[in-house]
Amino acid sequence: MAKKTTDHQNNDIVFEAKSLKINAIRDDGSELPIVKGVDFHVRRGEVVALIGESGSGKTTISLASLGYCKPGLTFAGGEALFMGQDVSKMTTDELRPIRGEKVAYLAQSAAATFNPSIRINEQVTEAPILHNTKTKAEADKKALELYHALELPDPEHIGNRYPHQVSGGQLQRLMAAMALCGDPDLLVLDEPTTALDVTTQIEVLKAFKTVIKQQGAAAIYVTHDLAVVAQIADHIVVLYNGEVKEAGPTDVLINSPQHPYTKRLMEAIRPLPEAGQGEESDDTHKRDIPALEVNQIDAGYGKIVNGMPTSLILKDVNVSIKRGKTVGIIGESGCGKSTLARVFAGLLPPANGDILLDGNPLAPSLKQRSREELRKIQFVYQMADTALNPRQRIGDIVGRPLEFYHGLSGKEKTQRVHELLEMVELPSQFAERYPHELSGGQKQRINLARALASDPEVVLCDEVTSALDTIVGANVIELLKRLRRELGVSFVFISHDLSTVASFADEIVVLYAGRVAEQGPTDQVLSPPYHPYTRLLISSVPEPRVGWLEDMTKTKEAISGISGAVDINARGCPFYKRCPHAITGTCDTTPPPRQIDKNNHIIECHLDIKDLL
Amino acid sequence: MLSLIIKRLGIGLITVIAVSLIIFLGTKILPGDAAQIRLGQQATAENIAAFRARLGLDQPYYMQYLSWLFGFFTGDMGTSLASDKPITELIYDRYENTLYVSSLTALIGVPISLALGIFAAMFPGSLYDRFLTMISVSLVASPEFLTATILVLIFVFGIGWGNAVVVGSIEGKGFFELYRHFAMPITTLCFVIASQLIRMSRAAVLNVMNSPYIEMAILKGVPRKRIIFRHALLNAIGPIVNVVALNLAYLVTGVIVVEVYFGYPGLATLIVQGVQTRDFVLIQGLGMLFCLTYVILMLIADIAAFASNARLRHPK
Repeated sequence: MAKKTTDHQNNDIVFEAKSLKINAIRDDGSELPIVKGVDFHVRRGEVVALIGESGSGKTTISLASLGYCKPGLTFAGGEALFMGQDVSKMTTDELRPIRGEKVAYLAQSAAATFNPSIRINEQVTEAPILHNTKTKAEADKKALELYHALELPDPEHIGNRYPHQVSGGQLQRLMAAMALCGDPDLLVLDEPTTALDVTTQIEVLKAFKTVIKQQGAAAIYVTHDLAVVAQIADHIVVLYNGEVKEAGPTDVLINSPQHPYTKRLMEAIRPLPEAGQGEESDDTHKRDIPALEVNQIDAGYGKIVNGMPTSLILKDVNVSIKRGKTVGIIGESGCGKSTLARVFAGLLPPANGDILLDGNPLAPSLKQRSREELRKIQFVYQMADTALNPRQRIGDIVGRPLEFYHGLSGKEKTQRVHELLEMVELPSQFAERYPHELSGGQKQRINLARALASDPEVVLCDEVTSALDTIVGANVIELLKRLRRELGVSFVFISHDLSTVASFADEIVVLYAGRVAEQGPTDQVLSPPYHPYTRLLISSVPEPRVGWLEDMTKTKEAISGISGAVDINARGCPFYKRCPHAITGTCDTTPPPRQIDKNNHIIECHLDIKDLL
Repeated sequence: MLSLIIKRLGIGLITVIAVSLIIFLGTKILPGDAAQIRLGQQATAENIAAFRARLGLDQPYYMQYLSWLFGFFTGDMGTSLASDKPITELIYDRYENTLYVSSLTALIGVPISLALGIFAAMFPGSLYDRFLTMISVSLVASPEFLTATILVLIFVFGIGWGNAVVVGSIEGKGFFELYRHFAMPITTLCFVIASQLIRMSRAAVLNVMNSPYIEMAILKGVPRKRIIFRHALLNAIGPIVNVVALNLAYLVTGVIVVEVYFGYPGLATLIVQGVQTRDFVLIQGLGMLFCLTYVILMLIADIAAFASNARLRHPK
């Protein structure tokens, strides 16, 4: 009897890794262990999360369930058992019926995963038709069911479109349809929501969760975000450096982490954005005149017709950055955050409005600014990988602005490069290295050091922590705080992550469709009264607790606001279609008035400030 | 899409006009004038002046340019200075050879080279791939006359197949007879264009093979053949058609060495003769013809690349 139960339990296991080892093959042929003997299993109907930072081997392990190693990697031992078969020892031909059919993979970026030249429906139904498990008609029917289940707009016709014709969030859900079309027994999800805005993330998470439950499949969910894991996983496996550090049921692991590394991961979760948590920067560096100021900016792209660009992005934006202070700019992708940074930097001359540097008018275009003016405003890009020249040593990358702005050379330059490296908490030997020898967080520090080399007054940071793991990102924020304190540099901090902005900014600008929805001191913006959009953003930040997703999606903000798209050409309030308080006849026809209270807290809304509490 | 094509046509037109200006002015700034060359050193001043008037050389440059350009597009390229024959007639005598050689080469060489290159991209790093890379790199590096000599040594003197020199008339010959007639130049040119086409088609497909959507196709269990032909090739068409077009243009305009080596008269040798005899009118006419060939072929390549791009075919 007892034996029978064990048998039954074993049959229930969809995938099991048994002391799985995977090595990387170096150029000289020697092998470097990447995954060092990992054990875990996934039962039917269960979602197991693999969590860890980049380099922990989580993606590599998840791909092993398809018997796949990325180029340059090789299975080095142990077993990867799918339904009892060791997929790590099968040939590509033997694996073909399993891949896409019994085990399906969802990658991080749907935009890169869909073939740009093939219609969506053909890609969604490809696997079951190829494997002869469904006829074309059956596969089309299944795909249509999935489009309905995933709440995609116009499900009857969306499959006829090409990938570039649908939005990022929709494409992410279409990728889920592609994975589920063959009725797989195991789903492998590799950071499927990391690249999305918070509101889109909720939409996608909800769809995934429902569909996994309906299909009765098992899933491996790879992520570095514990708050997301809490919403979707039944079990958590914590990975570090290719080894399992801790594993257990989600609620146990979230509520009482045992291993020091898990505790560190929990600590690195930023607190939910609330008033009062931002570190008040002191007034040592304060001056009466703001370091950088823009007034009544309109800016956009395309041909200029009647003095206005055809595609107008920013409308009437006013921002003033005081010395030694930080202005945070938040909003969903496409809201004009980066456009605003490009206006500050002079990369995009605005159609209307003035830019003031230290109270003096500044030329709108980069080309007309003096070298001294250029020196004072520096830009730090999101992707440190692409912003650093791979063929230059760190010393040259950081040294170039020193030559250009300060005329330093030889020993003086080397000396200053070392100081700058020290300032961003990197050893001075790094000057001799090339960018590819550095980790993501280290590269972002170099990126920052290069901006600081010119002794700027204002540093524009565009999503500088978005591509980094939680712990690494938190360290970069700490560094920025220290620099602001010690050097008196002002920061413009652009992010779609409200928690990060809340912990760092003195003032917040909430942009929606290129308009200021709400603006004011951090504590004011993060406490009532809220603009309805700010309220949606705040409530969309995932909490690391089980059941949050279900609670959140029941709120009225979520019901009306989660799945809407940004309408940049709206006649009235651009947020009208997603707003739970929208007044038909007013909000859809008239642009909202700008309301300012005594604390310089601006809200653009038709509703009275008192009603927004 | 349509506006893109119209824009592209406009650019083509501007290119043609710009090149026509350069060709016209280029022949003008060279020392000596047409009448002087035609009549020789002993000609009297009156004779030269009369001849200049007959050629229209006494008119201002812009008038000369416009009437030349108009003439070119209406099929009148003027009269040769060296032989007194109309340029169109000179070209007519030669174009058949060039046309047959280049189209037969394209028909045989392009599909084979593309197939070889794509096949190499399917198995990168394999023995076949490395062998092909070695062959194509050494072909790129060796001059045409060397390739031709080796081929003649092997085929004509070794196996006794084909002729070392192209002789006889092409009148009334069918496809295979024509091929046998031009066997050596065609084979040589196939080798010349193959090297570049193989390298480029391999690189274009390989570049696409590294993209995430190909990895996704692998993870969906799509067989290798379908990955290449359905998923990869569509996205590699752009660069491939461009190289094909460049090579076809070369076949029409740049095969001087091969024409001279095998001793058959073609368009490329005609322009060399024009330079030798300082026949400005011939050089101008042929220069424009070559320019048109390039512009039209590149235009077709670009339109093919637009058409293969779903983003352009189906805008948002």
